[in-house]
Amino acid sequence: MPKFMLLLHDPPKAFGGLSPDEMQKIVQKYVAWGRALKAKRLLAASHKLSADAGRIMRRQRGRTLVSDGPYAESKELLGGYFIVKARSYEEAETCASDCPHLDYGGTIEIRQIDGR
Amino acid sequence: MAARSKSGRSTGADGAPALIGRLFRTEAGRLIAHFTRRFGPSQLDLAEEVVQDALVQALQLWPYRGVPRNPTGWLYRVACNRALDVLRRRSAFGARAAEIARALARDRDDADRPDRRERRLRAVEDDELAMVLMCCHPSLTREAQVTLSLKTVCGLSVGEIARALLCDERSVAQRLVRAKRRIRARRVSFEMPAGRALAARVESAVDVIYLLFNEGYAASSGDDIVRADLCREALRLGLRLADAPAVATPRVHALVALMALHAARAPARRDSAGDLVLLEDQDRSAWDRDLLALGFEHLQRSMNGPAVTPLHLQAAIAATHASAPTADATDWRTILELYDELVAVEPSPVARLNRAVAVAKVHGPRAGLAALSPLARERALARYYLLPAVRGDLLARAGDVENARRAYRLALSRPCSNPERRFLESRLRRIVRTSA
Repeated sequence: MPKFMLLLHDPPKAFGGLSPDEMQKIVQKYVAWGRALKAKRLLAASHKLSADAGRIMRRQRGRTLVSDGPYAESKELLGGYFIVKARSYEEAETCASDCPHLDYGGTIEIRQIDGR
Repeated sequence: MAARSKSGRSTGADGAPALIGRLFRTEAGRLIAHFTRRFGPSQLDLAEEVVQDALVQALQLWPYRGVPRNPTGWLYRVACNRALDVLRRRSAFGARAAEIARALARDRDDADRPDRRERRLRAVEDDELAMVLMCCHPSLTREAQVTLSLKTVCGLSVGEIARALLCDERSVAQRLVRAKRRIRARRVSFEMPAGRALAARVESAVDVIYLLFNEGYAASSGDDIVRADLCREALRLGLRLADAPAVATPRVHALVALMALHAARAPARRDSAGDLVLLEDQDRSAWDRDLLALGFEHLQRSMNGPAVTPLHLQAAIAATHASAPTADATDWRTILELYDELVAVEPSPVARLNRAVAVAKVHGPRAGLAALSPLARERALARYYLLPAVRGDLLARAGDVENARRAYRLALSRPCSNPERRFLESRLRRIVRTSA
């Protein structure tokens, strides 16, 4: 079955000023969502990316330039990704549609992994 | 694998760990206590920051990686690392920095070692107890003691405290700032005081916990869920005191007994529609057996001494109610005797109001009304809906329909929650119907 990447972009200032109890509830929602995918054998992998901006490399006129990642200046940070199995974008959307990320102001970018 | 509540972890159907109960809240309190010990009470803000940061890291990582096998150990380790970072960056600790760093590194090594788990848990319980007693330092006002306990020991946010105590967030925040300033100015120690200072601190802690419980139990308005949490937290703190031999006075046990016996009835206090159910109409099979047993156990232990405090008497009253298999079997004579004693040592208006109910049960509604009448002049009860509500009930029982109705209307004109309002309205309707 084709695989899709769900890239979770965090909203700016995500989860500031929450109480421990509120944070636990949020974690529980995400975990329940991931579990439901796992139970349906639709989850292939999931990784959190470290919270720094990362690095960008490019070569210009023979010189290798390294700079801070694209997210250093932008408001949204790519928090991590899930790889799900789905037959189509529509099915991948269904997987993502009840992801709690959407409830907390985050955005989810869906990209199909080219399986040819 | 069986569910293990002690470690805050259980396993779901797929074998992966799941979070249970109030793990974050409880751990937040414990960790703040622990880092307050390490950094010193003057750096309470820093301890809170470190813990908040560890929880945020869990919030960001666990959605992708799942809940770790040992969530409390994970939080402890991450918070220790964070504390070490902070220590390196701040100069506030001066010569103590190296010593604190060594202790933190040792803590971190303990976090994931199963053979040190028991030691760590015992240390954490000591930290928690010391924190409760620190929050009750005599230089703080009662209000500040309550607020600071909720923030640090119970892990509530400013918003949650405001909802629980029915005040606005700004005044909660101000109270916390002032309390921390006072702690710094007075150089309050985290070490447990000794001798009479300890006894006085424990007395304060009992008062603070009792206040928390009452705030939660009264539920006259506000957010019911937050208030139920208050009862749970108060019971947890009470048990923390009761489990520590150095502070477990008879009065501490009486407090735990009282809270447990009241909390046991909580499931039967509301019907499926959310309406109030009077004690005499409650389904007694819905009472929480474990909490009842806990209550009786601590009532027993509260009698290890000569002291009979108001808490002892209130716990004994609650126990007498709890021992009755049916409402009709309630031993009202014993309850009245206990109220007589209670009113003799603590003649609070609410205690006298409750005594009047017992008088009516034993000697009839007219006698109850006579016991009630001096309370009409009590300013503390001037806005309290229960006074006219009880009066209305006794008048109706005495056959004075006209005045009963008037009393219920007066009760309805006073502040009360929606379930209470519905309850009063249904009472009023019943009087009108039976007299028609």
